[in-house]
Amino acid sequence: MKKFDIIVVGGGHAGIEAASAGARMGCSVGLVTMDRFALGRMSCNPAIGGTAKGHLVREIDALGGIMGLISDRTGIQFRMLNKSKGPAVWSPRCQSDRKLYSEEAYRIIFPTQNLEIVEESAIEVLVENGKVVGIKAQSGEELFCEALILSSGTFLNGLMHTGLNKTSGGRFGEQPALGITESLAKLGFEYGRLKTGTPPRLKKDSINWAILEEQPGDENPQPFSHQTDLSQFPFLPQVSCHITYTDPTVHKILEKGFAQSPLFTGLIKGVGPRYCPSIEDKIVRFADKERHQLFLEPEGLDSDQIYLNGFSSSLSAEIQLEALHKIVGLEEVEMVRPAYAVEYDFFPPQQVDLTLETKLIEGLYFAGQINGTSGYEEAAAQGLIAGINAALKIQGKPEFVLKRSEAYIGVLIDDLVTKSTDEPYRMFTSRAEHRLLLRQDNADRRLMKYGYEFGLIPKDLYDEVDNREKTIISGINYCQSKKYYARDVNEFLVNSGSNEIDSTETISKLCKRPEFNLKQLLEFNGASSESGAVALLNDEKALEQAEIEIKYEGYILRQYEAVAKLEKYESTKIPLNFDFTKIKQLSTEGREKLNKVKPRSIGQASRISGVTPSDISILLVYLKN
Amino acid sequence: MKEDTIVALATPAGVGAISVIRVSGPQSFSAVDNIFYGKGKIENAASHTLHYGNIKNQDDEQVDDVLVSVFRAPNSYTGEDSVEISTHGNPLVTQKVIELLIVNSQVRLAEPGEFTKRAFLNNRIDLAKAEAVADVINSRTEASFRGARNQLDGLLSNKVNELRSQLLNSSSFIELELDFVEEDIEFVNQDELLKRIDSIIIEIDTLLESYEFGRVIRDGVNVAIVGRPNVGKSSLLNYILKESRAIVSEIPGTTRDVIREEVSIGGVLFRLFDTAGIRISEDSIEKEGILRSQETVRNADVVIYLEDVQQAESKDLFVDLLNLTSPDKILKVVNKIDLNKDFSKDADVKISAKTGEGIDLLFEKLKEKTIGNESYTEKTAIVTNLRHHNCLKKSRENLINARESILNKMSGEFISVDLRNAEMNLAEIIGEVTSDDILNNIFMKFCIGK
Repeated sequence: MKKFDIIVVGGGHAGIEAASAGARMGCSVGLVTMDRFALGRMSCNPAIGGTAKGHLVREIDALGGIMGLISDRTGIQFRMLNKSKGPAVWSPRCQSDRKLYSEEAYRIIFPTQNLEIVEESAIEVLVENGKVVGIKAQSGEELFCEALILSSGTFLNGLMHTGLNKTSGGRFGEQPALGITESLAKLGFEYGRLKTGTPPRLKKDSINWAILEEQPGDENPQPFSHQTDLSQFPFLPQVSCHITYTDPTVHKILEKGFAQSPLFTGLIKGVGPRYCPSIEDKIVRFADKERHQLFLEPEGLDSDQIYLNGFSSSLSAEIQLEALHKIVGLEEVEMVRPAYAVEYDFFPPQQVDLTLETKLIEGLYFAGQINGTSGYEEAAAQGLIAGINAALKIQGKPEFVLKRSEAYIGVLIDDLVTKSTDEPYRMFTSRAEHRLLLRQDNADRRLMKYGYEFGLIPKDLYDEVDNREKTIISGINYCQSKKYYARDVNEFLVNSGSNEIDSTETISKLCKRPEFNLKQLLEFNGASSESGAVALLNDEKALEQAEIEIKYEGYILRQYEAVAKLEKYESTKIPLNFDFTKIKQLSTEGREKLNKVKPRSIGQASRISGVTPSDISILLVYLKN
Repeated sequence: MKEDTIVALATPAGVGAISVIRVSGPQSFSAVDNIFYGKGKIENAASHTLHYGNIKNQDDEQVDDVLVSVFRAPNSYTGEDSVEISTHGNPLVTQKVIELLIVNSQVRLAEPGEFTKRAFLNNRIDLAKAEAVADVINSRTEASFRGARNQLDGLLSNKVNELRSQLLNSSSFIELELDFVEEDIEFVNQDELLKRIDSIIIEIDTLLESYEFGRVIRDGVNVAIVGRPNVGKSSLLNYILKESRAIVSEIPGTTRDVIREEVSIGGVLFRLFDTAGIRISEDSIEKEGILRSQETVRNADVVIYLEDVQQAESKDLFVDLLNLTSPDKILKVVNKIDLNKDFSKDADVKISAKTGEGIDLLFEKLKEKTIGNESYTEKTAIVTNLRHHNCLKKSRENLINARESILNKMSGEFISVDLRNAEMNLAEIIGEVTSDDILNNIFMKFCIGK
């Protein structure tokens, strides 16, 4: 009889984070996957990061996760999105070599101590007295555990659609996971059906590259991971993406296929993401738009395939190809694999707690698409949190929950648990109400202390961040007190195209002028010999942090005030087994929703849709009594 | 929560045509049945029905003949089973009925604001409405009552919701640009955004301005009458009180210092203060009165500076007055024009407290000075509540910040911070975000069941 502390089912982006974190925290982990060479496989686009998703990767990395490391080592194009905006919405993104990504994931996971890869397919969750005890595998073998993390992606009863053709499976050419949904349903879990899609893969040589608009990577690529050795980065040669567009002719052809669209004929029951519609959806919903943008993304350095981002579809392969041939640059294109839609089971996430442990079965955790999310980064973030919490629970330590004001990961999980979702959930920066505080550039300052505490971040790295914090704070103090005199500085100001000052001005005041960066002001006129300035000038990262905090001081302060104001509600805790049904004064809908979500704080309760302000007032009255 | 039954007098204490006693809670029907003798049992009566009968005491003696209205949960004001007993308007009768209910059943006297608190807790009214109810109860005059009513009907809530959704719309455009940078979509034009924000600021300004009006119709206008001895301050006051049939009250015991009268004219409550004098005197007994008069002038919304047409102008007194209040609050009034119609004195209003000439104009001017010429109809959302006013003010500040960010060409996420805060400030008005402090404060203000 095989027994692990933690069993992780599924070796995708959530599964490998969960398994890696659990094992490194000292638990024995069994990672159950159908194919050991499919670890961290990218089912859809060969890219990591993007708006808000890039933030997630930086946070995962600061907590000691592996996604950032894998991405850095396998990235073939790095870009910082939103560079024209403020630092809070800068988002790192990379194109990955799909094959290398998966190989790198295996290279990291395989040698991990305490971690065993079990090539099996789980078909049943074993539960005794409301507590998880293990799984039953397809081979008939039973594996036992203290905690079970389900991160099965799109595989639960996965069904792929291309036109009216249906194939059972979680990913092209791979078997679905059958039995788990039914086993969970029997235990009392509610489940639903979601849909997502992936665009066609095109043959690289058949594209007329010369006439396409090129989109290169950044000149100075930045890595995701705080641990990546800059002297070696980027590890791989860098390549470009290309852009093309659909036009009304293309749309006309696609419309011919609507009659045999599984989406429009009602064959697909699952709900798809509104932010990532299929091409046919775009044509219908935005009928007045004459063109849609398409990105041609390389699948890898050696790959002969191109991923056509923006053209996900479930129309028949014939229609897809006919339409592709009318697109500029794709006139002669060969389609290696048509786009397809995939439907899968998910479990509405109000059934899990903020630790990702299910409310129904002790020791059972859900992470990734099973919770209704979409995206590698969202999945990885949940995998990491589930892995950490499973380990903490086994070790009898307090649970780990990130606040919304602390991390995008906190926003992600709070949103899922509190509001649930009826479409695949994707992270956006606008979901984070304290966005200016949750920057990709300060993920280490926000979160590395936790990663270190759990033993997922090495001590020297943590010490570096901890020491830098002191430099930043003393540096900001220096800039706020150090004054320049008009007679000394005015010439420099005017020469830099700025306005003169009357008598004196602090460095921090001058730094708020858009025409200056902090470095220029510190280096001006020998000020750099003073210790406050020297410390900043010697540490580029500290300098960057100080500059951001000084330049945007007013806004950042307002965000802190908003956090402080909400803190009262966030810190008003609701007891674990609080019976909402007993409070008759609550609105019927409010009572039902509260009972379902079982919020842990008034703050969380106030975010549940259907819970009215009066309900919150009533709860406050009750909690006081 | 204790689900007990409460009782209180729902109409003002005192003698009137009728008084209404309200009972609310699960025992309401049985409690009334214990003392009420009519055609059938209230326990069996349908909701929203009216029953005639007698209230009798333990000795089977009739206390009063009454009408009983039945409201079954949840279709009552409080959301609970409740009964309203209309008795004759005699304090002795109402007191006796309440006493009988308490003695014979598990009924207790309601705490101030408890009926409305229950209505709020039972989700019958939202926070803005709960506050409006407090205002209805506190309203002293007809216009004030109208102001409170329209808020009850949700005019303010509607207006605020409308502004909120406009803000949300603008925010959405900004977020689109931040989160979908890679997409081929048109982004919001900064001028357009500025225009939208400006129009919301204007709407908030209108609401803010209505507060002064709202405050006045709610709290009344404080008017101090200042003038040298014998210019006719008392005559003016007496004339107004004699002619006006709408005397609200007379505050006794203050005659030595400041005399105060309340009078409702044209739906607005005027609180008139006759000051003893504001010049510092050596006389220590007078000193106390003078200090009080000065305080009265400082707190006044309008100061009537009264002069005698026959006397020379007292420059000193006017200068003293300017030290206590601002010139735009002063209304220069010349009295005794019946004695001399041909005079050259400069004045805002000319009156005769003896014949009443010019008094109507005086009140017009008083109104103008305090609530301006704005005409607020029952269709206009009016802010009468200080908390709402503060939320609107904060929202406006945040919008101004957002405006500044746009003008400084800041990126969208900075603009968004202030827009979202502005939206949250508005949400607070309708109780989206609330704290027990606010609640306590609101419930404290209810005077039901006094």
